Amino acid sequence: MTRWLLWILGGILLGGIVHLATVLAMPRAASQDAYSRLAALTPVNRIVPLPASTAQHSVLPFMDPAFAVAVCRYDLSAGSIKLNAPVSQAYTSVTFYTRDSVAYYAINDRAAGRRAIELDLMTPAQHAQVPEEEDVTAADRLIIDSPSTTGLIVLRALAPEPSLMAMAQRALASAQCRSQPVE
Amino acid sequence: MRLLLGTLFTFALAAIVGLGTTWLTLTRGVAFGSLTIGAWTAWPKSGSQDIDPYAHAGIARDGELPIGIGDGVAFYARGDDTGQVFDGRCSFSVSGMTPPARFWTVALYDIQGHLVANAIDRHGFTSEEIVRNADGSFTIAVAPQARPGNWLPTGGIERFVLVWRLYDSPIGVAATTLKEGPMPAVTRKSCS
Repeated sequence: MTRWLLWILGGILLGGIVHLATVLAMPRAASQDAYSRLAALTPVNRIVPLPASTAQHSVLPFMDPAFAVAVCRYDLSAGSIKLNAPVSQAYTSVTFYTRDSVAYYAINDRAAGRRAIELDLMTPAQHAQVPEEEDVTAADRLIIDSPSTTGLIVLRALAPEPSLMAMAQRALASAQCRSQPVE
Repeated sequence: MRLLLGTLFTFALAAIVGLGTTWLTLTRGVAFGSLTIGAWTAWPKSGSQDIDPYAHAGIARDGELPIGIGDGVAFYARGDDTGQVFDGRCSFSVSGMTPPARFWTVALYDIQGHLVANAIDRHGFTSEEIVRNADGSFTIAVAPQARPGNWLPTGGIERFVLVWRLYDSPIGVAATTLKEGPMPAVTRKSCS
């Protein structure tokens, strides 16, 4: 009897380990995460507008229907990325996600404080190679370190009312996401 | 023989317990560090690198991209103020004020996060287009049939989720220390 109790106890303890391992492995193993869904629709290092969510179709779940959305699926292995996103009249934000959907940085138009959100995205290794004087002199040059080599930059522009959606989409259409190959 | 049986039994039990609890936590949406105000719950840390492993596993499975903490914060309501789960065949009123934010939006989804088809193609409101009372408060009628004023159609589906997003709001930054803010009250009115 006690022997079986021990087997059961062992099974529950081992079950706890299985539980933790599967939860921790899920972000790497998931095949339907945001990056995988967008990989089928978007070329790399280019800004692509996402179709507006409708009742019939949305690329990702729980997208805010009041926003125009564009995505740059980035790959830093060939060099850093230069992002330029003009702000729309209402509200514009740029959010950076790792390959496994962690939002590691977000900035909005007011925090950017200019008429466009401009920044450089690079890996920590690429950042370390930026000449120091360049880093200092360009004080207004915003450099973001990406924790992963690939990931997503998501640009969102608010349409305060449905009739202004075209305006929000136009604002995002002129945004640029360019790879800067190392010489 | 006994050892083999016991080992097999233990492994089988471990698989059932481990995978079962993982499945349960992911389908129920377990996450830590939540901020609840009335019917509304937000997980501000899910929009940062401090996301907890359960929330991380959940978004990886669903394909959602959580709102970044420098962008805003999203509050989810799956039921009214009394805790009763939403039924899209009933009507609800969402009224009151919101915490400070430069902009906010509210949107209605089915439980998978899709928008819900309806006759007037209305899926939510923004802070700019909502019709307000003289004191700045507002009332949204969430109902299957047309209502005067701010009508948010449920499309008559059984279960729905309301998501209130505050953009450029101090709530996203100082979330865990914030006392109860003025989130809108959610009241069940009638059922058809």
